[in-house]
Amino acid sequence: MQTLDTLRKGDKAIITSFIVDDIPLKLIEMGCIEGSFVELIQKAPLKDPLYLNVNGTYLAIRKETASQILVEKV
Amino acid sequence: MSIPLKVALIGNPNTGKTSLFNTLTGLKQKVGNYPGITVEKKTGTCKLSDSVTANIIDLPGTYSLNASSEDESIAVKVLSEKENAYYPDVVIVVAEVENLKRNLLLFTQVKDLGLPIVLAINMQDIMRAKGITIDVTALEQELNTKIVVLSAKKNTGIAQLKEAILNYKDISLVPCAIELNSILREANLNEKQKQHKDTVKRYQFIKSKLDRHYTIEITRAEGFRAKLDEVITHKVFGYIIFFTILFSIFQALFSWSEYPMELIDSTFAFLSDWTKNNLPEGVFTRLLSEGIIPGIGGVVIFIPQIAFLFLFLSILEESGYMSRVVFLMDKIMRKFGLSGKSVVPLISGTACAIPAIMAARNIENWKERLITILVTPFTTCAARLPVYAIIISLVIPKGNSFLGMSNHALVLMSLYMLGFGAAILSAYILNKVLKIHSKSYFVIEMPNYKMPLFKNVFYNVLDKTKAFVLGAGKIILAVSILLWVLASYGPGADFDNAEELIKTEFTNLEGEELDTKIASYKLEHSYIGTFGKFIEPSIKPLGYDWKIGIALITSFAAREVFIGTLATIYSVGSDDEATLMEKMKKEVHSDTMKPVFDFPTGISLLLFYAFAMQCMSTVAIVKKETNGWKWPMIQMFGMTIFAYLVALVSYQVFN
Repeated sequence: MQTLDTLRKGDKAIITSFIVDDIPLKLIEMGCIEGSFVELIQKAPLKDPLYLNVNGTYLAIRKETASQILVEKV
Repeated sequence: MSIPLKVALIGNPNTGKTSLFNTLTGLKQKVGNYPGITVEKKTGTCKLSDSVTANIIDLPGTYSLNASSEDESIAVKVLSEKENAYYPDVVIVVAEVENLKRNLLLFTQVKDLGLPIVLAINMQDIMRAKGITIDVTALEQELNTKIVVLSAKKNTGIAQLKEAILNYKDISLVPCAIELNSILREANLNEKQKQHKDTVKRYQFIKSKLDRHYTIEITRAEGFRAKLDEVITHKVFGYIIFFTILFSIFQALFSWSEYPMELIDSTFAFLSDWTKNNLPEGVFTRLLSEGIIPGIGGVVIFIPQIAFLFLFLSILEESGYMSRVVFLMDKIMRKFGLSGKSVVPLISGTACAIPAIMAARNIENWKERLITILVTPFTTCAARLPVYAIIISLVIPKGNSFLGMSNHALVLMSLYMLGFGAAILSAYILNKVLKIHSKSYFVIEMPNYKMPLFKNVFYNVLDKTKAFVLGAGKIILAVSILLWVLASYGPGADFDNAEELIKTEFTNLEGEELDTKIASYKLEHSYIGTFGKFIEPSIKPLGYDWKIGIALITSFAAREVFIGTLATIYSVGSDDEATLMEKMKKEVHSDTMKPVFDFPTGISLLLFYAFAMQCMSTVAIVKKETNGWKWPMIQMFGMTIFAYLVALVSYQVFN
């Protein structure tokens, strides 16, 4: 178990849990929910934000938000 | 002819919803605002068959109907209030074939409202390349709705879509059978936790329906995007590419619009003159040739630059590049209290602060959004350009100075830099001063790279330019007429008896010289002249006379009114054909006979216009976006006092 921001480029994982109040609703609507697949595509040049594939949607979020999401590497 | 069908178009961002709207309505579309709020409202008509037309409303792009933003609230209102003027007979939910799962979330929410839905699955053209297969008939049964697979880009499937709309009465109104009531009963959950649970249930439903009838080969889908992203978001090349693009845009903006602008300028000078010489003399002719025509000219002259800027912006947006810029710039911008998403407002601000401030809505974090709103008006908007252009050509000597760049271009570029510099610096200060704590939310979709569609870019440029010209045009026209009246009538005997007074005082003058003298005496004693004289003491230390003072005051309607005002003031009562610039060049201080627009005054004016908040429409939009007068007032007084001080110091130094 680790947080999403500790993944390395190319790592794939499954989202296991997060505290709803710490995550923007839009992210949840875009498919970031428990059990969703997530891949770290790339980090921005200054290591933040993170470019992810969540459940088939490509999006970027900040490290701060990513650190609130627990994942299990696959 | 039967009553037109009411059709609502809804879908996630980046699904090609706008392309589909453009395909269906073509030139028969209108852009406006919903009453009371600034959400853009797009409507249009479409011929479905020989006897039936549809009125289509294009709802704002949204991921859900959870009503957590103004855009979403509008969509909810239109789709759920039966008495709403736009309440549809049938809804088209636009989904993108590659991202069907996510797109169906919105579908299930609309479906639960009990409306007939045609699910339009867009981007049929990429299905084969991405290895996607859909069993449409089976999916129609699972989702209990009508499905049309189409390509808005290649214009395929449009006829089927129209037919499906026509037969909307055959579509089932049964909501998705998702057990959601249990969530609502859980009293210990807050609104967001409920929405989370609701979303999870909906995704489970979608997965159960989709899995058997929709397949995608992930590996085939991704090659191109990955390769391009490697370069575009690279830690060195990424920034080089961004700044090269930015620089080229500004370069093109100036060189491309130079000729059309000159042409427009001289055309309006000619028109005004022609009217004066060919229509019967009288108040109306004078109002037309001295007030209205120069006033309209002052708006029309912007069209080339505004249109080019929107052209470039919409290409960057359409291609998917803008999201990468946001991604690249976020960490850097955050050091100044801004967000990566502030890049879009700051760049758009070079066209007009109004759409730019509205674009700041995408910023989730309130503090970052507020700072973006407050500093955006520092960026050099198109309305400042004509002011800059005319003053630069008046006071900066021609010639080349730097790397083959002309003096004029160099000064103009410095003014742009100054605008951005002021924006960034004040953001930095605001970030330190403002004590607002809000969560560092930031989510941006990274859409696929796409070749921008000509029709989308074309309609976008057309709509935005039209909105700007009509919006600003109304104000400028009104101000021009008001000005002309104030300049053509005066309060006292001095104005009424100008002719006799001058004739008795200057007995040696005659002909044209006498007329000019009378005209300028009249202007000085008109209502507006009296007012200009009244404020003259406060602007004299900046190097301005009362005529410039009038123009400064009227500039608060919109900056470009400066030019219109001077055009009106200088053409009132004078008969020669000179364009505005020649008139300004000839203008001298009545006491010293030195030119008014000399170097120190010019620089002082440039700096004043660079920093001052002189735009009522911007104040109005900031009030709307921040829900109150506090921030727009702080912004207006802060910027304008700063501008006054900078102009004061510069004039005193150079003089």
